[in-house]
Amino acid sequence: MAEITANGLGQRTLHGTQAHDPTATGIAPAEVHQEHPIKLYLVVWAWLFILSACSYMVDYFGLHGYLRWSLILIFMMLKAGLIVAVFMHMAWERLALAYAIILPPILVLVFVAMMVFESDYTLLTRTVFFGAGP
Amino acid sequence: MADTTLTHIGQTQPRPAGLQGVAADWSSDQRAFKNVSWGKAMMWIFLLSDTFIFGCFLLSYMTTRMSTRVPWPNPSEVFALHIGGSDIPLILIAIMTFVLISSSGTMAMAVNFGYRHDRRKTAILMLLTAALGATFVGMQAFEWTKLITEGVRPWGNPWGAAQFGSSFFMITGFHGTHVTIGVIFLIIVARKVWRGDYDTGRPGFFTSRKGRYENVEIMGLYWHFVDLVWVFIFAFFYLW
Repeated sequence: MAEITANGLGQRTLHGTQAHDPTATGIAPAEVHQEHPIKLYLVVWAWLFILSACSYMVDYFGLHGYLRWSLILIFMMLKAGLIVAVFMHMAWERLALAYAIILPPILVLVFVAMMVFESDYTLLTRTVFFGAGP
Repeated sequence: MADTTLTHIGQTQPRPAGLQGVAADWSSDQRAFKNVSWGKAMMWIFLLSDTFIFGCFLLSYMTTRMSTRVPWPNPSEVFALHIGGSDIPLILIAIMTFVLISSSGTMAMAVNFGYRHDRRKTAILMLLTAALGATFVGMQAFEWTKLITEGVRPWGNPWGAAQFGSSFFMITGFHGTHVTIGVIFLIIVARKVWRGDYDTGRPGFFTSRKGRYENVEIMGLYWHFVDLVWVFIFAFFYLW
């Protein structure tokens, strides 16, 4: 009996609620309408400009080696973080959505590691079998 | 009777915070994304799959670049422009980056005005976003033309590893396609906003469903994603 009731309840919450009806979801989301001051977007915009200019300067001044790569990666991650968190409003989304979207791409790093080994091996075989020729 | 009581309990039960809350949201008999509409959730999931597509492109680029014995062409020189008597490295790409970031900024503000039901400002900002996006595509077409006249082909180029051309055309071509599609959809949604479809509840042409101002935000998610992908392309392809 309790099970049937619970199922009926599940159906009700599944179909009966609208996204804009915060009381029916069991939580009271404060940011359903995502209204933030325009100033926030202008500040983030300015930061994106600064970070892009910085990463361009890395190339303009011809930095090399680990300094170049670490600076490129730092500026890239900062820009990506700002875009996802503020422009795409991920900072105000529920954790269940944020984890579902942000965690899977991190697994691409495993793929990256695999392909690094693979391409090192390819380079080795090419060097061994083709020698110094073209 | 029991139903109403249970419903009442379900409505008032607070959710635990942090990881426990994530587990509670994802557990059985639940709607995982509580306060997120299906449209927004599906756009996010589409963007996740698109992330993997671009991730695979960049990975294949990394693999070819790491495994070739022929030196990779220096992007700083390849993409330099001759302006005012000297070669300025990567200047066109830098301008493209600023154009795309600006379009992201105008889009973010369009979303904001959309939630305030300010039809005029939302539509104008969206059209401005579309114009900046079209500018970006135009500059990309210029860049492609320049490289093709210099002899870059998917199977070879005058400066080094042949894979440079194939990676370049594949990655920037796919990104440019995304921008183009985004521009088209921006214009469509801007027209709907301008006409007041989201205020009057006019049914959509294909879906026959009433749109909401949230559609502007969903459109914005796609557009910001295009900008996001460019951040990675800029870092890995042009700066590396």
